[in-house]
Amino acid sequence: MATYNLKVNGKTRRVEVDPATPVLWVLRDHLDLPGTKYGCGIAQCGACKVHLDGVAVPSCQLPVSAVGNQAITTIEGLSATGNHPVQKAWLEHDVAQCGYCQAGQIMSAASLLKSNPKPTDADIDAAMSGNICRCGTYLRIKEAIKSAAKEGTSSSTRK
Amino acid sequence: MTSNKSTFNRRSFLKASLLSGGGMMLSVSWLSSAKAADKLQELNVPEQWAQLNGYIQITADNKVKLICPNPEFGQNVMTSLPMIVAEELDVDWKAVAVDMGPHDNVKLGPQFTGGSNSVRMYWKPLREAGAAARQMLREAAAQTWSVPVEEVTTKAGVLSHASGKSAKYGEMASKAATLPVPKGMKLKSPKDFSIVRKSKKNVEGQKIVTGKPLFGLDYRAEGMLIAMIQHPPAFGMKLKSFDASQTLKMPGIKEVFSLKLYEDGFEQGGFDTRTFNELLVVVGKTTWEVMNARKKLKVEWEPMGDTKDTMQGRGGKREVTVPGEMESTTAQLEKMAEWAKKPAQQLRKDGDPETAFKNAAQIIERTYNAPFLAHNCMEPMNFFAHVTAEKALVAGPLQAPGWAEPTLSKLLNLPADKIEIQMTRMGGGFGRRAYSQYMYEAALISKHAKAPIKLIYTREDDMTYGIYRPMYTATYRAALDANKNLIGFHVKGGGIPEHAIHANRFPAGAVENYLAEGWEIPSNITIGAFRAPRSNFNAAAEQSFLDEVAEAMGKDPIEFRLDLLKRAKEAPVGKNNEYDADRYAGVLTLVRDKSAWNKPGNEKYHRGVAAYFCHNSYAAHVVDMVTRDGVPYVERVFSAMDCGIVINPDAATNMVQGAVVDGIGNAFYGALTHKNGAAEQSNFHNYRMIRHNEAPKKIEVHFVQNDLDPTGLGEPPFPPVFGAVANALYKTTGKRQYNQPFKTDPGKRI
Repeated sequence: MATYNLKVNGKTRRVEVDPATPVLWVLRDHLDLPGTKYGCGIAQCGACKVHLDGVAVPSCQLPVSAVGNQAITTIEGLSATGNHPVQKAWLEHDVAQCGYCQAGQIMSAASLLKSNPKPTDADIDAAMSGNICRCGTYLRIKEAIKSAAKEGTSSSTRK
Repeated sequence: MTSNKSTFNRRSFLKASLLSGGGMMLSVSWLSSAKAADKLQELNVPEQWAQLNGYIQITADNKVKLICPNPEFGQNVMTSLPMIVAEELDVDWKAVAVDMGPHDNVKLGPQFTGGSNSVRMYWKPLREAGAAARQMLREAAAQTWSVPVEEVTTKAGVLSHASGKSAKYGEMASKAATLPVPKGMKLKSPKDFSIVRKSKKNVEGQKIVTGKPLFGLDYRAEGMLIAMIQHPPAFGMKLKSFDASQTLKMPGIKEVFSLKLYEDGFEQGGFDTRTFNELLVVVGKTTWEVMNARKKLKVEWEPMGDTKDTMQGRGGKREVTVPGEMESTTAQLEKMAEWAKKPAQQLRKDGDPETAFKNAAQIIERTYNAPFLAHNCMEPMNFFAHVTAEKALVAGPLQAPGWAEPTLSKLLNLPADKIEIQMTRMGGGFGRRAYSQYMYEAALISKHAKAPIKLIYTREDDMTYGIYRPMYTATYRAALDANKNLIGFHVKGGGIPEHAIHANRFPAGAVENYLAEGWEIPSNITIGAFRAPRSNFNAAAEQSFLDEVAEAMGKDPIEFRLDLLKRAKEAPVGKNNEYDADRYAGVLTLVRDKSAWNKPGNEKYHRGVAAYFCHNSYAAHVVDMVTRDGVPYVERVFSAMDCGIVINPDAATNMVQGAVVDGIGNAFYGALTHKNGAAEQSNFHNYRMIRHNEAPKKIEVHFVQNDLDPTGLGEPPFPPVFGAVANALYKTTGKRQYNQPFKTDPGKRI
């Protein structure tokens, strides 16, 4: 067991956990942030994506000991009121079916648009192919990303 | 059982007329009874919900809350079912709030999500509920204002009278709830719909995009512990002994124990599938701790040998022998090929197929095989349970609470009215969550651990723990005469452990001489419904075969099907044909027209077509394939659907698009294979799922416009995708596809 002061969604959160504990389970079991989802545990499905200093990474393979000072942003912290351009675009296109994978999809999309505000179809495919959706909402996700790109993303993380 | 909420109360209001209506009931325990009226008087506070019936709640300040009766797993019933109520109730959709209902079959009906049945089953009862509530509100206004009820009109939640009097629904709600419930309400004509047929956004959209805790895996309770089960490494094995000493030394671990799911001779309901009966359980504080500690278990497993299950379902009580063998896919395929040669059970026969085949100028015979498929819901199986000696609370993702409750009641030895089942949003279902054994496991673990627990399956548990789409095979034969007319059709299908044949479906009814046969091989590998059960194989095999027959006859594949359907309509062969030939032809002509089939301008695509009828709806797809870097991809899809009235068009389109993507993925990659009883795939690194870059660029969805009562959409678009992909692949590669998944270029596709 070790103590960590994590920067999560703009706040410092203190946790006492085994250093090997993946950030996914720290968020879900210790910090009451269940928006980040467990899907595979081996970084294959993307349901657990969070931003680490603004870049989307699978949190199921990220030990808490490796986080250090980097800022973690989860779906709960992506925007104050759910009004991030990507979230708005998701609603506009009514993307979700079951909705389970969508937090991870949104985090990947927000990260993409931050580094590449005008992605091509190929850019979107490349950035999003780590996120599985069994309901098959891929077409709407792509359309939503394009809408969000049009609107412009100021920041993918809450300051 | 002393008391069972699942059994429709025969004394409840309106039951008689509606129970007779095909087993469906209005499912509303209307609060017009004396007891309900008393309760309302007791409340006597305008802020309280005045509950008009099981689906509708209206507050005095005119907030309308509609209760969704059916569990939500992405088919969007939480939006579409309340839309139906709102239409007849005549309220402003923007002012409506929606909640998932509790499990209560008396107030809320069957509450079963599956079989593409939600909208179909609830269409009439929900309309009647809305219309009756509106009528009661009008009656309340008429009495209050001393005017004839016929003169009271409604518009978007407001009652009015020509004299200038008006009131919001909320003002009349308490009074309305005490009035007798009207019967035989006149329902709106489809031309007057103002909510139904207009696209409405997912009512949980905002919660989904902001990561609110909606799912079973997100459920938390004070003092909750985490539980995981260590199941045997292979089907056909069981627990012999275990040493938990290392596990118990790990941080956060509370307890390790084994328990039986069903005691010997337990009468299982029809959906009480169990894969492994003896559960080895680790209970601890957090998910990660339990996951790690479970790895430290030292377990000895042994062959389980043949076992007997006692089933009590449709068809009465029976004993089923489960073979103990540890099976391998290669051996299973050999066994299926052997069994395919043996005599089988005749399922349907028209005319004289033997003579037709004897006299045929040409016989086309092809065999199709398909593997087990894992459901791979993105949210792995899980359930919360808090069981005490007096009562039980269980909460989580499941499709059929009403089927699970009687078994849970027996397992816990608690009357059903002491069991509360809460239905969380499901991270996918696809049929998997109609089998509630993970809920039973959670409840038994909680009872044993004397604590609130959440049972979690890891992805590996989820994928290797069974309840798969069965393994199927079918041999199709077509007899052509010297003029290339189809004079005989024969299908003989088998499977492990069940075959897929729907004997009364197309082309039955369209061919003079027809024979359908089936056979089944028992297995200990457990199976269950998988998005469009059986149809998901048939539509692949039969629609590929028909494509090949059309080619042999020198006919266009769409015209060939339309000719057969014309025959089925004008002079149907045999009895009990399940489909409506006109509607079937309707989706084919619609997809032909919308895709500009055989028209210039599509030369860059290799085109494949397929159509299918299942779960009361009709679907047809044209798949346009291209090759990139030597790999075939589905670039474009045109889909035509006939599901009657479309409640929520944009959501319906989403559902069809999703089914197309899911179908392409499963056609190319879906396979769960075994070696000596052990699943060979355990997670998404070796069970390939379709990803963003492999999805079509465009899926154009068209609905046949008619005023027929709505039928479902979750399953029907899925099966013919396989056939259309197979037929497009033939055009692309020159090779027919007989085995799923379709291996087109093993070097490049996984």
